[in-house]
Amino acid sequence: MTTPMNDLILSVLSEHGRLPVSPESLGESDDLYAAGMTSHASISVMLGLEDAFDVEFPDRMLTREVFSSIASIRAALNELAAAA
Amino acid sequence: MSDFLAGVAAAATVAAEHVDAVDRDARFPQEGIDALKDGRALSALADGVPFAEVAEACRVLGRACSATGMVFAMHQIEVACLLSTDEWPWAKGYLAELSREQRLIGSVTSEIGTGGDMGRSISSVEPQPDGTCTLVKQAPTVSYGEYADDFLTTTRRAPDADGGDQVAVMHLRDQTTMQKNGTWDPLGMRGTCSPGFVVSATFAPEQVHPTPYVTLGAETMVPVSHLLWSHLWVGIAVEAFERAKKSVKAAGPNANSVKAQRLSELHNQLSGTRAQLAEAMERWQREYAEPGRPALQTMSATLRHNVLKTSVSRSVASICQGALEITGIAGFRNDSPLAIGRLLRDSLSASLMVSNDRLHETNASLLMVVKEG
Repeated sequence: MTTPMNDLILSVLSEHGRLPVSPESLGESDDLYAAGMTSHASISVMLGLEDAFDVEFPDRMLTREVFSSIASIRAALNELAAAA
Repeated sequence: MSDFLAGVAAAATVAAEHVDAVDRDARFPQEGIDALKDGRALSALADGVPFAEVAEACRVLGRACSATGMVFAMHQIEVACLLSTDEWPWAKGYLAELSREQRLIGSVTSEIGTGGDMGRSISSVEPQPDGTCTLVKQAPTVSYGEYADDFLTTTRRAPDADGGDQVAVMHLRDQTTMQKNGTWDPLGMRGTCSPGFVVSATFAPEQVHPTPYVTLGAETMVPVSHLLWSHLWVGIAVEAFERAKKSVKAAGPNANSVKAQRLSELHNQLSGTRAQLAEAMERWQREYAEPGRPALQTMSATLRHNVLKTSVSRSVASICQGALEITGIAGFRNDSPLAIGRLLRDSLSASLMVSNDRLHETNASLLMVVKEG
């Protein structure tokens, strides 16, 4: 599924995720950590997402789970957009 | 005082009698550990003793003999991991045995080649054709490795799993081969007897902790480690402080007021450290009791648990050094009742066991996303 939001998530993952594979090759629900994203890289991804989408993740959303797949990242961004 | 803490106090008296020999010879604090076993203290958490009392026991033991305290604390960390879930039938059977036999659990968490990152492993659980599993781990250090009855070892879930995809395996002494590497002659915490080992184990698949280590570590192993270690480190600092106080008292009310003022400043530091620890204890226990433990999954929790460790570890070494300055030459002498040497040397291990540098590196990065509120 190509949407502006997904494209932006993929571009952040590609720039900050330091994944050994291309993010485009991953499924929506594939585990990004299992695909090789380190905890350190995941923090860069969070910062990249905050920057790209001009949002701030509240502390309760800053968990490993929320950033574990493209689908879970999109759900978190949608939740923030709905609350805005 | 509870029966448990009365037993711990008795064991602390025994441990204190042998502390100089344990330190001098870098030998296992057998007498203290035996006394804890006699008081059934090794199964305290499994027998329902509140966590706060086990933490207090670490502080009491830390005052008497830091090696006894550290062995006790590390053992309780492993027991807390076994108790962290109701979904592990094998652990229930094992804990009943632990309670009967007062077995001592060691841990094999660090590994050569990971640069001190406990969140990654090289070794892995390897399923065998006969239905058992094996693992082989090159550990740069295994605390009381020669004296533990059983071991909790972190390793990758499977031979093809990512380095961060870890599990904890509980394996028994008779399922384990330990090949010792090198010697043990450290600056402090000498009685913990923690040389390197190549650890090989054969075990049943049911002995693998059902919770992924990334969750077990965040909720239980890391916070419990930092809380129990901090208690025993505070115990070391309290002992150093009390020796400094004795020296000021002995000098009389009209003696050097600079020393008395220094003692008061040291008391500030000790009180601040104890308050920080009390707050961390209260918060973790509250968050651990919540269904699903959501608060402990957050990065702000990781940050807080790391800050406790980096901060208390630095502060206790600084308190011991301050105590040395107050006691002066009497504290500098090893053959004096006011000796600070062992306490200072032991306290210096605090910032190195799980390196503060590594924790600060993690925290520096977490600080970029966590909001202070």
